[in-house]
This record gives sequence, structure tokens and C-alpha cells, in this order.
Amino acid sequence: MTIASTKQDRAAPPQSLPKGSPLGSIDTRRLGFTLLGWTVACLIFFPIFWMVITGFKTEAAAIADPSLIFSPTLESYQEVQARSGYARFALNSVAVAFGSTLLALLIAIPCAYSMAFLPTKRTKGTLLWMLSTKMLPPVGVLMPIYLIFRDVGLLDTRTGLIIVYTLMNLPIVVWMLYTFFKDMPRDILEAGRMDGATTFQEVLFLLLPLTLPGIASTGLLSVILSWNEAFWSLNLTSSKAAPLTAYIASFSSPEGLFWAKLSAASTMAIAPILIFGWMTQKQMVRGLTFGAVK
Amino acid sequence: MKLSRHLPLTTLAAAMAVAGQTQAQTEITVATVNNNDMVIMQSLTDAFEQAHPDITLDWVVLEENVLRQRMTTDIATQGGQFDVMTIGTYEVPMWGERGWLVPFEDLPDDYQVDDLLKPVRDGLSHDGSLYALPFYGESSMMFYRTDLFEEAGIEMPEQPSWEEVRDWAETLHDPDNEVAGICLRGKPGWGENMAFVSTLVNTFGGRWFDMDWNPEIDSPEWQEAIGFYVDLLGNYGPPGASSNGFNENQALFSRGNCAMWVDATSAAGRIYNPDESQVADKLGFAPAPVAETPKGSHWLWSWALAIPASSEKQDEARTFILWATSQEYIELVGETEGWTSVPPGTRESTYANENYQEAAPFADFVLDAMKGADPTDSTLEPSPYTGVQFVGIPEFQSIGTQVGQSIASALTGDASVEEALQTAQRATERAMQRAGYID
Repeated sequence: MTIASTKQDRAAPPQSLPKGSPLGSIDTRRLGFTLLGWTVACLIFFPIFWMVITGFKTEAAAIADPSLIFSPTLESYQEVQARSGYARFALNSVAVAFGSTLLALLIAIPCAYSMAFLPTKRTKGTLLWMLSTKMLPPVGVLMPIYLIFRDVGLLDTRTGLIIVYTLMNLPIVVWMLYTFFKDMPRDILEAGRMDGATTFQEVLFLLLPLTLPGIASTGLLSVILSWNEAFWSLNLTSSKAAPLTAYIASFSSPEGLFWAKLSAASTMAIAPILIFGWMTQKQMVRGLTFGAVK
Repeated sequence: MKLSRHLPLTTLAAAMAVAGQTQAQTEITVATVNNNDMVIMQSLTDAFEQAHPDITLDWVVLEENVLRQRMTTDIATQGGQFDVMTIGTYEVPMWGERGWLVPFEDLPDDYQVDDLLKPVRDGLSHDGSLYALPFYGESSMMFYRTDLFEEAGIEMPEQPSWEEVRDWAETLHDPDNEVAGICLRGKPGWGENMAFVSTLVNTFGGRWFDMDWNPEIDSPEWQEAIGFYVDLLGNYGPPGASSNGFNENQALFSRGNCAMWVDATSAAGRIYNPDESQVADKLGFAPAPVAETPKGSHWLWSWALAIPASSEKQDEARTFILWATSQEYIELVGETEGWTSVPPGTRESTYANENYQEAAPFADFVLDAMKGADPTDSTLEPSPYTGVQFVGIPEFQSIGTQVGQSIASALTGDASVEEALQTAQRATERAMQRAGYID
């Protein structure tokens, strides 16, 4: 029997099975879940879809009654391009998102290693405390951070933004890495140690290669979170280090129509990260489900 | 051979010249909002830089509320991030009083400071000193559809009253043909629905505070004005009026969905432009309607350019502001962008200009409205504050927005007018007590 026919046999329920048998209900359930999955995906994707098509409308059509039938125009894209240096904002976004992710990983890997393999009485508490810092609304610490940045000359600099984003994402990065490291069998590290590996070698040659999918998905998540962050970027930058979130904000207007231009600017701002996410989705899913099924 | 021997020297000299040129250039950061007039100013960067080769401009364009928050943070902490700020008549006197802004003294004769409209100049001054120069100014007025008025046999008087407006709205309201009798601001916010509502309360004889700073939001005048507003907009307004602000109403009016609209004079240029508006050829203008008193029936606002005291490039910032608010700039915009696109409401000379008068038939209405607005005397009974559509105290942003939310809840029917005003009165009393104005 070929593999294909085995699959077919498994998929098609035997005809003699009565209605409502367990196998029949599995199929209905599967169909139900598929439909539910698609519905949720469509709901999540709809605002993005609407934003993309609004970017191709004229300002008048954008604010008119919602319609899928319109004559597409590149007017808004042209205007958006003509008015501000997209490349400068995009470059800042790339530098800040990847810079902060790299820095966060450099700090978080040793930290998560120590917590996963050399835990103390306070490890759990420390982990929880780290996560609890995410519960503080960022505006609560805006003033102190603004004043420190002013005094050390970090306002409107990429370095300043990288530091803030690193601090912002560090708890999540440590938590994720800790979970991945914890799932890794200790025996492998011990075997390495028996062979005379130092701690540094143990981390570099054993731990990192084995947990690479996890590290990659953590890094990707950190990049996406940094890319989309708007509060700090709007408050700590003005022109030189402003990323794409500030670029989008500049198209909102208190007087005058701006929906189509705003949509065009937003589409251009999310396009790089969307393509990046799409290209790396395999690694991301692999990483997020890493160790989920043992 | 000769050339190659001199080449390093020539290169060095050229490099030094370039470096010298770069060093001599000062970059100033201009923070502004994304309004059409500001977008034009941004597009004329080259013209300024050519005229002033020693200065380059770096723009920071932000959404109005974000910009306000950023500038307040920066100016209060002396961050020095901006050299030129775009602020309004609400902030300028308060920030000037605190010493946050550099006063404009000894303006050159060719700037012609007396050409600036007096109410605008007064609105940007504190203790006789001018703390910002106006980039454009606006008041409020009524726009209406002449075709619908003619069909219904209605003639617009020189000065319409709110009572008449209500009757016309009832006659012209035609939901089957998607035409609302009237469009007014309903979106909550101190600069959105409260800008309009404050002028309505003023003309109905009400005021925000008595002379001892006690709030008067539950007074009979407020009850009457808000009752009128809720009835008018609720019955003859467009669907979902409580989420419509300036932009939404402008879009509705431009598409022909409103028979009347009372809002900023700065909309006139856009809805009179056939490229942006389907009603450009059937557009009528009238002064803002009045009720008990003409005082405070139309607002006064100006977007102005100021120099924060924390800027280290104050001279260059001043050069730029003098250019962007000059007659010369207005003429430059008129010639390059068309005369309906010039920044309105700042200079007498704009309104005396024949090109402008020809291109903008609404010019006289705007000028009259601007000149007739007096922020120091905008209420029937005397009041302790300046401002027509706002109260010139720092607490007003939060008070105005909170009261705006209560009024929007009356408009949506979630609360009665009386309940909404009582809630607003209590909230305002608390805010004023906390701020130390009242016990």
C-alpha cells in the first residue's frame, strides 16, 4: 500500500459507520475549527486590508460611504513621498528595532541561563517582579526619563531610543528565553562540562545552537514590538532619530482631510515589518511551539 | 604634472571651503501641525533657504495633541528640542507670562507689525509684549447651500439668529436625500465640540465662570443653550453627529450632505475650491448666528509661531518666523499656490489685496468676523477670563474636555441635558477647587 492511499483511507470514514459516530464528528469539528480560524484571521486582517485600500483612494472617496468599488489612484502615495523623507524614518526604525533586540538578547541570554540552570530561592520572585514592571503605564516614568535623557544628551538620538526599547522589551525577552532554556535537557550541558567546557563555551556551543529556534522567535517578537512602539518614539525624538511611528503621526491633521494620506503612510510604515514577518513566520511558529510537545 | 603637484593643496582648500560653509550653516528645528497652510510652508523651505543660505530648516510635523504634549514637556523641562514652535492663542499668553517664550521686540519697520489684525495681535500678547507672530487666523461663520435656500424660498438676512437657523434646519432637513438640516461639531474635546458650544453659550448670555471663578455650567443660560443645541443637532443633524468634528463636518458639507454648517472661517478656502468640494458653486456665507447677545457669538483663534526660551538658536529662529509671517511670504504663496491658499486672518493687507478679493469672495465675512471677536469681552455678564471659545487658564484643557464629554452624552441621549450639565458642573467645581481658584 502506498503512503498516499494510507492517508486517503484514514481521511475517508468507512461507509458502514453510523451517523454521529466519533469519526464523523471529528470531521465536523475540524470543519468548525477551520471556519472559526478563518473567521478570526479575517477579522484580524480586515483593518489592515481596509487601510491598504484606503491608501489607494482619493481623500474624498476615503471619507465617503465605505465602498469596495472605486477607481484606484496613487495620489496619496505620491504626496506622502513628496512631503517627507520616508527613507530616513525607515532607517531609524530598522536601526532602533534591530539594535535594541540585539542588546536585549546580549543581556537576556546570560540572565536567562543563570535563572534556568542555577536557580536560587529568589529566582521565581525576580522573574515575577521583572514582568510586573510591564504593568506600569509608561507615561508614569516619562518625566524622569525625559530629564535624564536631556541631561546626558540622549534626546532625539537612536542610542537613547535603543536603550529605552531594550529596557522595555527585556522582561519579555528574559521570560521567553528562560522558558526555552528550562526545557532543554540538563544532561547535554553536563556532558559538555564533563568534557571540560567552560561556562562560556557551554552557552556558546551547546545551549545557543540547541535553542536557536526559541532565540530567533524571541528576537523576532522583540523586533516587532520595537517597530510598533509609538509612545516613547513620539516623546523622546523630534527629527533626527524619529522612526516610522512618528512618520505616521505626522499625517494626522486637525484641519483638513488626511485619511487616504494617513493610510498610505501607514501602509508604507508596516510594509517592511509585514514582509519580514511573513518571510520568517516558519521560524517564529517553530520557536513559539518549541518544547510545547515533548 | 603641475596639476598633480597642486592637487592635494587644491583638494584641501576645497574641503576647507565646504567645511567652512557647513559650519556656517545653522539648522533650526521647527515643530508644527499637519494643516494645509503648514504643509505649504514646509514646501517653501527651499525659497527660505535660498534667501537665507546660512540657515537650514528641519521639520517636525506632529498631530495637534501630540505636538501640544511634546512642546509642553520640552518647554517645561527646558529640553531645547525645538527652535520654533507652532502654538495657538490659548497657550501664548500663559507661556509668555511664565517666561517660556522669547518676546518679539524691536520688530523691523518693513515687517509692518501694525498691519497684523489687532484682535489677533492682542490674543498673542501678554502685558503688552508680543510673544508669537500669527501664521494664520480664523473666526467662525456660517456656510450654507444657496440652491437649497432658493428652492425653499428662504432669504438669508445680514445677521441670522439661532431661532431662524432652527426653523430653516427643520425645513431643509431631508434624510431621504441624505441632506441634514445643519451640521455642527459633536465630537468631545476642548478644541472640538467645546469651541463651538462655548460660542453658543456666550450668545445665549452664559459664561464659564463668575467673577469669583465659580463655575456656572448649571445656570439657566447653559441649560437653554445646550437644550437648544441637543434639540437642533439631534433632530436636524446628520446621523452620528456626536462623533463629528471639524474634519468630518467639512467632508459632509463638501459632499453636499449639509444644508448649513457653522464652523471655522479657515474652511472657506477649501469648500470654495471645486477640486475639493462638490458644492463650491452653490456656497453661501453668513456671519455666525446670534441669540441674546452678539458678544462671543464667533470665536477667535490663531496658529502662531513662537521661540521657546530654551532654544539656543533664537536669532535664526526669529529670522525664520519674520519670513513665514511676512507680507512677502503671503505674496509668495499667492503667486505659487494660488490666492485662495494664502494663510488667512493675519494681515489687513491680505484683505486689501485685489488678487485675494477676487479669488476669495468670502474675504469680507472673514475679516468682519475676525475684527468683531474680542477675547477680553466675550460674555454678556463680565467674566474673569480671556478667550472666546476657551478660558485662558492651564486647567481648561482638562475641564473643557470633561464638559465636552458630558455634553456629547446629552447629544447621544445617554443623559438628559440637566444631568449632563450637573455632572459637568460638579467636575468643574472639583477641578477649580483642586487648582486653588475656589474653596
